[in-house]
Amino acid sequence: MRRRLQNFGPPLLLIAPSVVLVGVFVYGLIAVNVNTSLTDRHSRAPADGYVGLDNYKALFSDEDFQHALGNLLMYTLAFLVGALFFGFLWAWLLERGARGEGIFRTIYLFPMAVSFIASGVVWRWLLNSAEGDRASGINRLLDSTGLGFLQNSWWSDENWGILALTLPAIWQLSGYVMALFLAGFRGVPEELREAARVDGVTEWQLYRHVIFPQLSPVALSAIIIVGHMSLKVFDLVMAIAGQTNYTTQVPATQMWIEFTRGDYALSAAIGTVLLLIVAVLIVPYLVYTYRQERNR
Amino acid sequence: MSTVSTAPQPVAPAPASPSKSARARRSRGIQVLRYGLLLFFLIIVMMPVYVLLVTSFKGPGDASPDRAWLPPTELHLDGWRTAWEQLSPALGRTFALVIPASLISACLGAMNGFVLSRWRFPGANLVFTLILFGMFIPYQAVMIPLIELMQDLGVQSGVPSLIVLHVVFGLPITTLIFRNYYAGVPQEMIEAARVDGAGMLRTFRSVVLPLSVPAFVVTLIWQFTSAWNDYLFALFFSNARNGPVTISLNFLASGQLQDYSASMAGALIASFPTLIVYIVLGRWFLGGLMAGSLKG
Repeated sequence: MRRRLQNFGPPLLLIAPSVVLVGVFVYGLIAVNVNTSLTDRHSRAPADGYVGLDNYKALFSDEDFQHALGNLLMYTLAFLVGALFFGFLWAWLLERGARGEGIFRTIYLFPMAVSFIASGVVWRWLLNSAEGDRASGINRLLDSTGLGFLQNSWWSDENWGILALTLPAIWQLSGYVMALFLAGFRGVPEELREAARVDGVTEWQLYRHVIFPQLSPVALSAIIIVGHMSLKVFDLVMAIAGQTNYTTQVPATQMWIEFTRGDYALSAAIGTVLLLIVAVLIVPYLVYTYRQERNR
Repeated sequence: MSTVSTAPQPVAPAPASPSKSARARRSRGIQVLRYGLLLFFLIIVMMPVYVLLVTSFKGPGDASPDRAWLPPTELHLDGWRTAWEQLSPALGRTFALVIPASLISACLGAMNGFVLSRWRFPGANLVFTLILFGMFIPYQAVMIPLIELMQDLGVQSGVPSLIVLHVVFGLPITTLIFRNYYAGVPQEMIEAARVDGAGMLRTFRSVVLPLSVPAFVVTLIWQFTSAWNDYLFALFFSNARNGPVTISLNFLASGQLQDYSASMAGALIASFPTLIVYIVLGRWFLGGLMAGSLKG
């Protein structure tokens, strides 16, 4: 018993503060939040009583919330496809080294260091919806290069407005995906390439059948990381379109609006819905990595 | 350089000369295409930076939309002056919160990472996975009870609150970075210390900590950038008078008067510290990003 204490005492002591903090601030607060979402606490005052799932029923039958969920789905799909496509392409272009590789890499990656609030300032200008003579931003650029027919109202469009916001998101995260893929490419053992070349395969076959399959774990990581960031989108919407703009509503902005109205129960319910959506993506991945660790 | 692929292979029989020159021509074509694409994407990625710089120096004379993409007719510093006046107090506050927050969470991360990678106790992997989950949750799912908890604890809104929040919610990522880093420290070094009679705390202090400089740099950069760029916590836990620069910048940029030169100058000012960190310590920054992908 004493020996066990000597072995496990100090490590437990060292890790205890963090475990307590994460336990309280993550798991404890999630539980309290779920609890709040089941009450009729529609103001800052304490709740009167429980209402079961009424808040969730109200949310899912609310057209604005359905609209926000639809937006979130469209945004995430487009963001994922775009960021993975450009990230992969850039990594592939740089994979075997290029003159000035460092410069390309640095510039492709730098948007990652900037906040969505700061980049939102310039993207709001770029995605200005005015067209023709009044156009500025990208519309002006299209107009003056003979591509005027591509002008559109960007994030003001009622049905597809949210997709305009994936442009800044892709701009910001593609470099990160590139860095992931670049590390993946460089992790492919040189012998594998040599062996394939000895077998006389073409460059394309080498990529298609030898190198690309080795990159699937990287692609999975990229999907998880970009996907969960995308599902939490908030800053970008606030910076470019603002909280009240209907066309770009997402659950996170609605949660903020309900909070400012003082409707704590509804706000908590939206938070819980967001958590469940993210958990669908994250929990299987965490379980999978946990199993791998255990078998190591 | 990419000549690797065209270099003669000692094992493979040399191809006949006509096909060789055809192949050389084709590979030159591919090179031109490759650099063309790299440069094209470089210009696209830099476009917002051009807009930021150009617009920030514009005066009222350049307000017309058909001058949108052109450089200013004369350099005006009004935008920069306005932006500096509005943002400088917030810049000070951001430094005051980001520096302690990154230092504290790096120290806690080092302790956790060491325990979880080296001093395995039963269930260590489960604890690690549970901590890791905290990195992915949408903070909206804890926000309402979090606000009340912080009030109950008596933590002031503004800088003090944000330090606590960035430390607590930074624990998962800092633990992850250190755990992955310590997994690479040779077990013999730790064993040797143990044989010499050093307890866990002594081993940590005198053997492991001196080796940890790279992991500290990665963690500090990561925490610095993410706390600097945070908007969500800042919105719920501070205001324009006691909050960080993202709040003041969004306030400046979304005002009734669309003063584009001031907001763009502001975006540049607000991004300057993280960009400097990124340019000077770019290699390490990448290390942090890689750690974020869960792979050691």
